[in-house]
Amino acid sequence: MKNTTKIAGVGIFLLIVFVMVPWAIAASGRWDFYYTLTSVALLSIASAGVWLTFYIGRINIGQGAYTLAGGYVSAVLVTQAGVNFWLTLPLAGLFCAALSVLIGLPILRLRGVYFAMITLVLTEVARLTALALPITQGAKGITSIPLPRELSLFGMTLIPDFARLENPKLAFYLMAVILMIASYAALYRIVNSRLGHLCRSLQQNEELASSIGVNISYLRVLAYAISSFYGGIAGASFVAISQSIYPSSFQVADSVNFMLNCFLGGLGFVFGPMLGTLVLYFGWDLLFTTGRYQLLIYSSLLIALMMLLPNGLLSLNQLRGKGMRK
Amino acid sequence: MEQILANGLYLGAQYALIALGLTLIFSLMNVLNFAHGQMYVLGGFVTYTVVSQLGMPFIVGLLASAVTLAVVGGLIERYLFRTVIRRSHREESTMLLAAGIAFFLDAVILLAFGEKQRGVPKIINGVFNWDFRLIMPYDRILIGALAIALIAAFILFMQYSTAGRAMRALAQDRVAAQLMGVDVNRYSTLGFALGAMLAGLVGGLLVTITGINLGMGGPTSIKAFMMIMIGGAGVISGAIAGGFILGMMESVGLTVLAAYGDITYLAIFVLLMVFLAFRPQGLMGKPWG
Repeated sequence: MKNTTKIAGVGIFLLIVFVMVPWAIAASGRWDFYYTLTSVALLSIASAGVWLTFYIGRINIGQGAYTLAGGYVSAVLVTQAGVNFWLTLPLAGLFCAALSVLIGLPILRLRGVYFAMITLVLTEVARLTALALPITQGAKGITSIPLPRELSLFGMTLIPDFARLENPKLAFYLMAVILMIASYAALYRIVNSRLGHLCRSLQQNEELASSIGVNISYLRVLAYAISSFYGGIAGASFVAISQSIYPSSFQVADSVNFMLNCFLGGLGFVFGPMLGTLVLYFGWDLLFTTGRYQLLIYSSLLIALMMLLPNGLLSLNQLRGKGMRK
Repeated sequence: MEQILANGLYLGAQYALIALGLTLIFSLMNVLNFAHGQMYVLGGFVTYTVVSQLGMPFIVGLLASAVTLAVVGGLIERYLFRTVIRRSHREESTMLLAAGIAFFLDAVILLAFGEKQRGVPKIINGVFNWDFRLIMPYDRILIGALAIALIAAFILFMQYSTAGRAMRALAQDRVAAQLMGVDVNRYSTLGFALGAMLAGLVGGLLVTITGINLGMGGPTSIKAFMMIMIGGAGVISGAIAGGFILGMMESVGLTVLAAYGDITYLAIFVLLMVFLAFRPQGLMGKPWG
């Protein structure tokens, strides 16, 4: 794609999320869509992290563990230490990144289904840990977390107090979208940098990369840490919106969904997880009207999609012979 | 101490049976069956329906579970996995399909059997009591013995029957097996059916003791994954070893760590990570098998 079309695409995207969507919601009065879209934006941040681990050739079904950890870090800091939410957001991400280095060092030596299995187990272990530790208050969870406070620098208000806003839904939507754009911009930058090229070499053949002199163990831990950082941030912001967190807030099904988002959008495309999250989450939401058949229809569609398009939504492009977008 | 060991053996026998099915499917098709836990739950509900609703004897219920799950497993392989494996470029696509099937089975179980906890009446009453050092209800002993008998039967089947030999050949080298005249498609279906059947049988066995509910599927899959990571994926002896090791660790952990709250699985996971750091392929697995 040429630079001008790229810039135009980004411009159209920004116009849609910042002008068209709020306008359409105000016009239609469907304020509940803000919550849905906020969730999509936040979940797509976590999915972006999963995508990055796919990028180094690992199937990661453990993102739920880091979103849960990030959520708890933020919740505990806000409720028990009285820290401002905006400060806990990066702290949650850093905590998850540090945790993932510790966990990643041994498990990143595993590949293929082995890595997939251990990350899935990790999600369940995170839930059990949250149930067992005293600081997370077990199954009761942490509830009635205050809304994000004002963030000011040298007396200048950067972000207003959410509790005093007349429309916190819109504020949360804007916050989530800005976070999402920043995350994807960073991801795009990573993928198109030297680091990204090295990651691609890992995806193709680790032994070969290593023999050429790529420090593979450092790289994969780095990629995994970035991925978990994304998970932590998404989890922390989710907690701010729902104002509560329980051990079951993020569980195995969520981890699997993060992986599905990436697959569905297509793994060869940075913005794939965003598309996948949007389609899956909205699909799930729209099926809400079908009541108790929701899961049945959803899973049938998923299976049908896998049968027809086993290589992701973006493989439609390839079928038409247009080649991959870049 | 005797009590802990007996509990561990009993748990281990169940676990090994679940892990066997999962590892069989993995070794034949290179598919990680996410829906294994759901198949186990389905098996439990079939037995419950036959025994409690229709009033048939327990053994009929167990057979019904085995047959139902074998049919379901065979159909899933024949019409879903085979198609996707043929069409997709990446091996991981089957994982996605398996996840979809897990959701699907969850939905079917929810609609057909509801979300209540179900159980069947005890099959035999009474408690075995050895001087208060070892206390074990008779039905647990029976179920444990049945599970061990099933494991033995499975090993004999894999070792000595033609079908078993064909499946072992397939697991070793798919192409070579095909060249030697093994009907790959037929034995893949059979293997998947057998794996699903084992899951269903464990469900049928355990419904008499712990009962069954919808939420048990996911955690069961996760335990099965842990077992085959301990033992090594795709290796039958590894699955059995993994099952008994996890059963034993759970039994010991529940007793020793009881004072610190419910952290048994956390401890097991930490141990597993340390273990995998030294031996990524598990006890008996081939490296990157």
